[in-house]
Amino acid sequence: MVPLNYFLVLSAVLFAIGTAGVFLRRNLITVLLSVEIMLNAVNLTFVAVGRYLGTVDGQIIVFFVMTVAAAEAAVGLALVISLFRHRETLSPDAFTALKW
Amino acid sequence: MDVIAFYVFGAIAIAASLGVVGQRNPMHSVMLLISSFGALAGLYVILDAPFTAVTQIIIYAGAIMVLFLFVVMLLNVPREEPAPASLAGMLGPRAIKAAAVLSVVMGAELLYAVLSIAQSFFSAGHAGSVSSVANIGQALFTKHAFAFEVTSILILVSMVGAVVLAQKEHR
Amino acid sequence: MLQYINPNIVAHLGLIFIVFNLLVLSAAFMVWLERKVCAYIQDRVGPNRVGYEGALQPFADVIKLLFKEELRPKAADALLFAIAPIISACAAFAAFAVIPFGTETTLFGLLKDPLPLQVADVNVAVLVIFAITSMGIYGIVIAGWSSNSKYSLLGGLRSSAQMISYELSYGLALAAVIMLAGSLSLRDIVMAQSGAWWGFIPKWYVFLQPLGFLIYMTAGVAETNRAPFDFPEAEQELVAGYHTEYSSMSFALFFLAEYVNMVTVSAVATSLYLGGWLGPLLPSWLGWLWFLLKVFLLLFFYVWMRWTLPRYRYDQLMEFGWKYLLPAAVLNLLATAALVLWLG
Repeated sequence: MVPLNYFLVLSAVLFAIGTAGVFLRRNLITVLLSVEIMLNAVNLTFVAVGRYLGTVDGQIIVFFVMTVAAAEAAVGLALVISLFRHRETLSPDAFTALKW
Repeated sequence: MDVIAFYVFGAIAIAASLGVVGQRNPMHSVMLLISSFGALAGLYVILDAPFTAVTQIIIYAGAIMVLFLFVVMLLNVPREEPAPASLAGMLGPRAIKAAAVLSVVMGAELLYAVLSIAQSFFSAGHAGSVSSVANIGQALFTKHAFAFEVTSILILVSMVGAVVLAQKEHR
Repeated sequence: MLQYINPNIVAHLGLIFIVFNLLVLSAAFMVWLERKVCAYIQDRVGPNRVGYEGALQPFADVIKLLFKEELRPKAADALLFAIAPIISACAAFAAFAVIPFGTETTLFGLLKDPLPLQVADVNVAVLVIFAITSMGIYGIVIAGWSSNSKYSLLGGLRSSAQMISYELSYGLALAAVIMLAGSLSLRDIVMAQSGAWWGFIPKWYVFLQPLGFLIYMTAGVAETNRAPFDFPEAEQELVAGYHTEYSSMSFALFFLAEYVNMVTVSAVATSLYLGGWLGPLLPSWLGWLWFLLKVFLLLFFYVWMRWTLPRYRYDQLMEFGWKYLLPAAVLNLLATAALVLWLG
């Protein structure tokens, strides 16, 4: 039986890696991939805590999170495609039209 | 036995995620993320959640990542150049390094928060049996039926939105 | 020392070994069957030099392929180029791990606990098969992309788009069977088909769900990229599609993956619709003979279809998958749900 804090530690590390990826990467698609890492870390936390509390609610929330992540990935990638068509580059530094 | 499996899958997940964040080639990043998802599915199996594990593979590794792969191939995403140092103002390498430091700090804070919870909280949980798909289905369609229906509308909306956004311009 | 070796583990390992080798042998058998059936349909004889009626022809082919040079285009992404056939082959073999092909056996009393004739008895077996089939798409996509050649890329993209389109109808046909059986475990689904109506019509789901069976087989043929849905591999249009740049054993791995996928689809169809290892005359511990016979019939049907029907054009293929097969699968699911509710 693996103690719960092992899973929570792993989840925290994955979340930090995902956050670092969102800040560090200069490529829109890799930023979206890092967001997916963060969502997975959260899923792991939900399932782990749900199991240790003995309910099935953790897995149900994970089900919804996966669905929302799929929807968000689809729309995000469609946005990336239309942005690429506009500017021919995928670096976030090129899209500065809203800066002051 | 479980603990060994946990260490193996955890190591794969962390190594693959570091690879996703560190790799310059976006195709390799996507493949590394797929292996990270596979490791997470293994962790779900250790947590007695086989349905979640299989759903993770089907939805994340099987559908969302295929979508990412198609977009990477469609846009012919080149290898990423290192961050340009010539942009004035906020976006310079110093700011990016600061962001990396911030995320490490956040990770350290999370670890501290997790490790300082009293041990009694963990031992109080009862080990549930293998949650059957029947239980999940029951809860999903009775207690959480409203969220389920709203999610289906959400997927429909995002599907229509994605198709409209990615259309070629009709000029 | 011998008393520390658990005989069940040894038996289990032996079972895994046997299943793996049988899969590889079945791929070789399929090569032979395909060429012979193709020949007889085309009014000729086919391979008949090597062995009796050409039965050793697949082995001759393998030896020839082994001696060929392993090529790699210079501009190809080396790591992905090498990994793609491995992913295809691994996904094809892994899906067979949860398919049951017989009742529990005690190997004539040698084992204490009976060993079910199934490599892994998980209670979400149907979903596991679905998941691993989804992973097989990656082999093709990566092969197409990493070869860095236009035929491969087009073939890879078309093939993967076709596979994900037909996966939907595949899953919906599976869902209807799950509703009838009330369980996701393949062993339970097969056991739910035991018995017979009026003494001689077996209670197989193909009689309860004829449309579902047709949808499943059509989607299965499209999933394995076989005719008439094999446009991505069409020799006349795309050289050889996603495996244009592969040679020697990598090509053999793709071939192997395709045939093992066919065997898996047939085996799953047998378990879901044709009653698995259940059959009238043999005792239950010989049920795997019935299983083999049913799988062989479906494989023959596959080969027969390939050499009889012309190929669908790609847009016709996609239109069929989305506009006709998917609504049919949804209707099938709704009708099954209504019947289950009404009849209890």
